[in-house]
Amino acid sequence: MKIHEYQAKDIFAKYAIPIPKGEVTSSPDGARHIAVRFERPVMVKAQVHVGGRGKAGGIKYCKDPDEAFFSAQDILGMNIKGLIVKKVLVTDAVDIASEAYVGIVLDRVTKKPVIMVSPAGGIDIEEVAAKTPEKIMKFAVDPIMGLRLFEATGLAMFIYKDFKLVRQCATIISKLYKVYMDNDASLTEINPLVGTKDGSLISLDAKIVLDDNGLYRHPDLEALRDMDAEDPDEMAAKKADLSFVKLDGNIGCCVNGAGLAMATMDLVKHFGGEPANFLDIGGSSSPEKVIVAMRIIAGDPKVKVILFNIFGGITRCDDVANGIIKAVEQLRPRVPIVVRLTGTNEEKGHQILKQVGLQATSSMEEVVKMALQKAS
Amino acid sequence: MAIFVDKNTKVIVQGITGRDGAFHAQQMIDYGTRVVGGVTPGKGGTTCCGVPVFDTMEEALKATKADTSVIYVPPQFAVDAIYEAAEAGVKLVVCITEGVPANDMLKVYHYLKAKGVRLIGPNCPGVISPGLCKVGIMPAQIHKKGNIGVVSRSGTLTYEIVFQLTNAGMGQSTCIGIGGDPVIGTNFIDCLEAFEKDPGTSAVVMIGEIGGSDEEMAADFIRKKMKKPVVGFIAGRTAPPGKRMGHAGAIICGSSGLAADKIKALNAVGVPVADIPSQVPGLIAERMKKKGPAKAKKAAPKAKAKIAKKATAKRKIGTRHAVSAKKAGKRR
Repeated sequence: MKIHEYQAKDIFAKYAIPIPKGEVTSSPDGARHIAVRFERPVMVKAQVHVGGRGKAGGIKYCKDPDEAFFSAQDILGMNIKGLIVKKVLVTDAVDIASEAYVGIVLDRVTKKPVIMVSPAGGIDIEEVAAKTPEKIMKFAVDPIMGLRLFEATGLAMFIYKDFKLVRQCATIISKLYKVYMDNDASLTEINPLVGTKDGSLISLDAKIVLDDNGLYRHPDLEALRDMDAEDPDEMAAKKADLSFVKLDGNIGCCVNGAGLAMATMDLVKHFGGEPANFLDIGGSSSPEKVIVAMRIIAGDPKVKVILFNIFGGITRCDDVANGIIKAVEQLRPRVPIVVRLTGTNEEKGHQILKQVGLQATSSMEEVVKMALQKAS
Repeated sequence: MAIFVDKNTKVIVQGITGRDGAFHAQQMIDYGTRVVGGVTPGKGGTTCCGVPVFDTMEEALKATKADTSVIYVPPQFAVDAIYEAAEAGVKLVVCITEGVPANDMLKVYHYLKAKGVRLIGPNCPGVISPGLCKVGIMPAQIHKKGNIGVVSRSGTLTYEIVFQLTNAGMGQSTCIGIGGDPVIGTNFIDCLEAFEKDPGTSAVVMIGEIGGSDEEMAADFIRKKMKKPVVGFIAGRTAPPGKRMGHAGAIICGSSGLAADKIKALNAVGVPVADIPSQVPGLIAERMKKKGPAKAKKAAPKAKAKIAKKATAKRKIGTRHAVSAKKAGKRR
C-alpha cells in the first residue's frame, strides 16, 4: 500500500527524522494561510502516489503567500500520470547545499532489507544505477541482528566527508531502518536527503510503501489509505476477499487462483482476445463471492462476455455452479457467461449449469475460445 | 522415488482442530499420508481425525517422533508456528498460510537456514509425492505416480498443468508448490537440485510467474548443474506493471520481474517455455526423446571402460601375453 509524502513525513517525525515544517491542505486559500503563518518562502507540493511530480509541474517554489495561493490553484485538480491531485503539502522552502539518496528496500535475492545510499540525490535512483552505479553503495542488513551503528556509519561515510554530517546521516539511516521494520514497510526512501547551508541534514521528501500483508497489525497505517486514489472496483473486490485488477479488454475473467488467473488472461491474449480484468476468486466457492465478482465484472461497460475458469480441488464444482446460478438470478447480467469447471463434482456442476442454459466445458482452452466467439 | 516427502514421512498438523486443519488432515490421512498427530494449544489430550492432539510441538514430537509439520494457522500465528516447529526438531515445515508479513519471513528464512530446517511456503499448496505422501491441500485425484518432477509458484495453475501431464500418461515423482510470496523458504533452485539428484525423476516442469528473479537464477543453475531436461511455463505475460496480481510476490517493479525476461533466460539455457499449458506434455516428451541419443553417447564411455577393464585383466594374467598383443597391435 502506498501512502502520501505528508503521511510518510508524519511517520518520520515520530522517529525524529528531521523534516521541514509543513502542513497539508486541499484549498488554495489554505495554502495562502499556511504561507502567511510560516512567514517564509514555501514549497507547494502535489500529494499523489506517483513519482515525477516535479517534472509534471506539481512542485512549485513560492516566495510569498500570494504565489502559494496561485500555485495551489494550479496544482490542485492537476492530473499527474492518471491521478488527480486532491491535496497539496505546503512546506518551508529549504536552502539546499547538497542532495543525497538513502533508501531501504526488500531484496528478494538475499532475502534481506538492503540499504542503498548515494551522494547523487534528487535524481531517480534507477537512473543513477544505470548511468553511474559506482555512485551507489548497497548494504544488506542481517534481519535477525538488525542494523548496527558502525554499519550505518559506513554507509554515511560513502556520502559525506565532513564527520558532523556523517554522524547525523548515520543516525537518520538507523532511524529509517527502524521505520522500515517497525511498520512492515517494503520500501522507505529519502530522496533527496538535503544538506542545508547551516550544516544540518533534512529529509526533503519521504516515501514509504507498506507491505499489504503487514497491515493487519497496523490499523493506524491501514487508516492512511487514500480511498480517492484507489480504484473503487479494486476496493470492493478487496473487501470481499477477492483480488481484482482492471484491464482494458472486453473479456471478463473470474478464476480460482492467482497463477491460473494470470494464465487465463495470457491465454485470452494468445488466442487473439483482450482480457477486461484479472480476478482471483480464491479458494472458497461461496455464492456471495461469485455475486460480488460478477457484479464488478459485469459493471464494466466494455465487458462483452464473462468467462469462469474454475479448477476445483477442494473447491467443489457443484458449489461453484450453484453460486454462478444464484449470481445470475440476482444480477441478471446483460452479457453471456461461459464456464469451465474441472475437478471435484465436475459432472454435477455441468449438469446444474445445463439446466439453466449455461454453457460449460472441462477444458481451459475451449472456454477461452468460447468466450472469444461470444465477444466478437 | 521422490523428494522431500515419501512413504516414511511422519506429519504433525499444526492447527489441526481448526476448520481447514481438520478438513485437510482428514484428506491427507485418506490419501495414505502418515499423519501421526496434531497441535492446537489448549486442545492437548483430545483426538482429532483419529490422531492425538497436543498442546505444543515439543510434546507432539516427543510422543510421535514426527519429522514434518504442516501449518494451517492464520497469518498472525503462522510465523510463531514455524519457529515452534523448528525448535521442536522438525526437519521439514510446510506452511500453507497466505498473508504472512514479508519482513517476518526475512528473519524466518535465515533462522531456519542456520538451523538446517527446510521450509516450504508460505502461501503454498504444499508438496505431494503421488502414491506415497501428500502434505498440503492439492487435489490428490489429478495426480499420478511417475517420473516427472513439478515445481511451481502457483496453486491451481499447478493443478492445471499436473492435470495435463496425468492425462498424457506422464506421472509425477513429486509436485512442490513453493508459494506465491516474495520471500519463501524453498526456491526453484532448491527443488531443481533435489530433482537432479533423485533417481526417480527423469525430467522437470518449472512453473513460474512475474515478480522477482527466481526463474532467472534457476536458469543459471540449470545451465551449470542440470543434465535432466527441464520445461517451463511462465504466467503473467500480459500482466500490467506495478500491480500485484493476486500473489504478494507477483508484481512487476519497474523493469524487473517481467515474464518476457524469465522466458528469455530459460530459453537461453535450452529450456523450452510452453506458450499455453496444454503444450507442456508435448515439450516434455520431445525433450525426453532428445535424451535418447545422449544416452547412446554415454554408453560409449562405458564400453571403453569395459575394454580397459579387460585389458587390465589380461595384463594381470600374463604380462608377456598382453605385451606381445600390444606389439602385435602396433605392427598393424
